[in-house]
Amino acid sequence: MSDATHGSNGQSGASQTVCLVLVEADGDAVCEATRQALTVARELAGTVEAVVLAADEELARRLAPALAAEGVARVHAVTDPLLAEYGPEAFGAALAQLIRSVEPTGVVAPGTARGNEIMAHAAAVTELSLATGCVAIAVDGDAWSVTRQRWGGVLWEDATLAASVKLATLAPHAVAVQPTPGLEHATVSTFACDLDPTLARTQVAQRTPLGAGVTLSTAPVVVSGGRGVGSAEGFAVLEELAERLGGAVGCSRVATNNGWRPHADQVGQTGTRIAPNLYIACGISGATQHWVGCKDAQRILAINTDPEASLVQRADYAVIGDVQTVLRAVVDELDRARQPADAGAGG
Amino acid sequence: MCVKRAPAPGAKIPLTADGSAIDTRNLGFTMSPHEECAVEEAVRLVEAHGGSATVMTLGPPEAAEQMRDGIATGADHGVLVETDRTDWDPQATAAALGEAIAQLQQEGARFDLVLFGNESADAAHEQVSVRVAHRLGLPIVNGIKGLETSDGHVALRRDTAAGSERYEVPLPAAVAVKKGLNLPRYPALKGRMRARKATVRTIAALHHPGGLTSHGLRYPPDETTETEILGRGADAAPRVVELLGEEGLT
Ligand SMILES: Cc1cc2nc3c(=O)[nH]c(=O)nc-3n(C[C@H](O)[C@H](O)[C@H](O)COP(=O)(O)OP(=O)(O)OC[C@H]3O[C@@H](n4cnc5c(N)ncnc54)[C@H](O)[C@@H]3O)c2cc1C
Repeated sequence: MSDATHGSNGQSGASQTVCLVLVEADGDAVCEATRQALTVARELAGTVEAVVLAADEELARRLAPALAAEGVARVHAVTDPLLAEYGPEAFGAALAQLIRSVEPTGVVAPGTARGNEIMAHAAAVTELSLATGCVAIAVDGDAWSVTRQRWGGVLWEDATLAASVKLATLAPHAVAVQPTPGLEHATVSTFACDLDPTLARTQVAQRTPLGAGVTLSTAPVVVSGGRGVGSAEGFAVLEELAERLGGAVGCSRVATNNGWRPHADQVGQTGTRIAPNLYIACGISGATQHWVGCKDAQRILAINTDPEASLVQRADYAVIGDVQTVLRAVVDELDRARQPADAGAGG
Repeated sequence: MCVKRAPAPGAKIPLTADGSAIDTRNLGFTMSPHEECAVEEAVRLVEAHGGSATVMTLGPPEAAEQMRDGIATGADHGVLVETDRTDWDPQATAAALGEAIAQLQQEGARFDLVLFGNESADAAHEQVSVRVAHRLGLPIVNGIKGLETSDGHVALRRDTAAGSERYEVPLPAAVAVKKGLNLPRYPALKGRMRARKATVRTIAALHHPGGLTSHGLRYPPDETTETEILGRGADAAPRVVELLGEEGLT
């Protein structure tokens, strides 16, 4: 049962502007990128309401307390049997139907692959304008003024987004989550939509979970190599270090183009963008197209023969020297440090 | 396949003095890496199953160069949807591309697959493909790194942080692909000769601007940090291990 039925409720009347935020869930939690979107949305309208797309209202109910804590007064549980499994067309059409029912001032979504895809479909269905990859959004009269990433974040573009309902996605890690007083309770409103069953044609047919082990995008530590590693074999010592640290191996485009590493390992604009706790960049110059993929790391350690290399300049820590020599010494030192301090204290 | 002409910068991207645009005087132009994979995939599909591949681009007359790159790779036809030299917003781009494809269809062309790059290297609006697909009534999935056709369907693979997703979409369909889908070939001399001679069809584009208006480009605030040099060569190892300890990794 829903706490409220949908439709012309007083809260979303003309006096009170509403901004919707598309929620991406991480299990029973609200993902970080969604919290960033909520932070931005709170500055854009009097009321922020959340949107959860699922087969039933179960997920919206589970997320409601976390969303209330982020200042969300109402959670729209947008439901349809087709939403039981992800499909870009069905999710986009469902969001489009809610937009037409609520007529909010705008919708902000996390700029993840999925967030961007759902918003693009909703924009295509409603024929509304969409600004993706925003790093800042502000109200400008009836429009929004946005700053969005171009060239993977190497450049910023200032633009005006004018539409009856403004659609925008926020580049991940672009803004820090701001604390807010929060609310005790968020109302769950069910919006049963009416999706065309043929949209099942783009539903996920099968999922293959990753095998055991860390992945580039989720590893807490990434040991990454570029031209300075010298060869495919040269990556062995990076593998050794990554294994000891529970991390993953990444690389620059030079390493993929030379066939030293698979493209799946590439960090950067046309590879993966990562935000590990520690990024160890070995023999990588730090071209902007690479930098945008690793700049969100909490700390960066650069190992490079050239103290003037851009990545050395931008790193928190650097070692000046040859990749192979430095890493070999680090791995040996690490193994030594992990031995019991003296035989007597071991065991 | 739909591709876009974009500058090919080095590590730094120069801006014009007023900051309104990229200073392209000393830059070459190229299609984006994702789009190179789209072209390569189309050529491979035609090699394996027959048919023909058409490369289409919306842009100024100079964008014919990128179409010829596509033909050099092995595409059969080129269509230039010609604009003025201004940067069109994604709604205007999609509307004109959709109209051009519909026009070719009315003339009897039949497309089983319409391929796009997931996003352009320069603007990265990540929506032109989806808007075109909706105009043409085609199903579309983005972010594809694996593609296999079989009777009337195309099986698609998308990698996610949790693993991979498989889609089985009925043809005709649209797909937005990502680098890593294949390794694009370097056009052979023969292909480049053919591309130079190939006739390129030009369709005039009608400009229906959308609601996103650009005011110019700028560099993000500088992100240089104070760098602590831990040492030189192998002698730095103990200090590095100490740092790993501070990170809770030892
Ligand atoms: C549209 C576009 C998209 C791109 N996307 C990406 C992307 O996603 N990811 C990416 O990485 N690049 C990308 N690039 C390429 C990027 O511009 C650079 O060319 C690339 O990142 C350089 O790789 P690198 O640092 O390994 O090589 P280089 O720039 O050649 O740097 C090598 C570094 O290694 C150091 N070195 C050399 N020998 C040693 C040694 N023995 N020990 C220690 N250090 C040594 C050198 O001092 C130098 O700093 C893209 C480019 C374009 C135009």
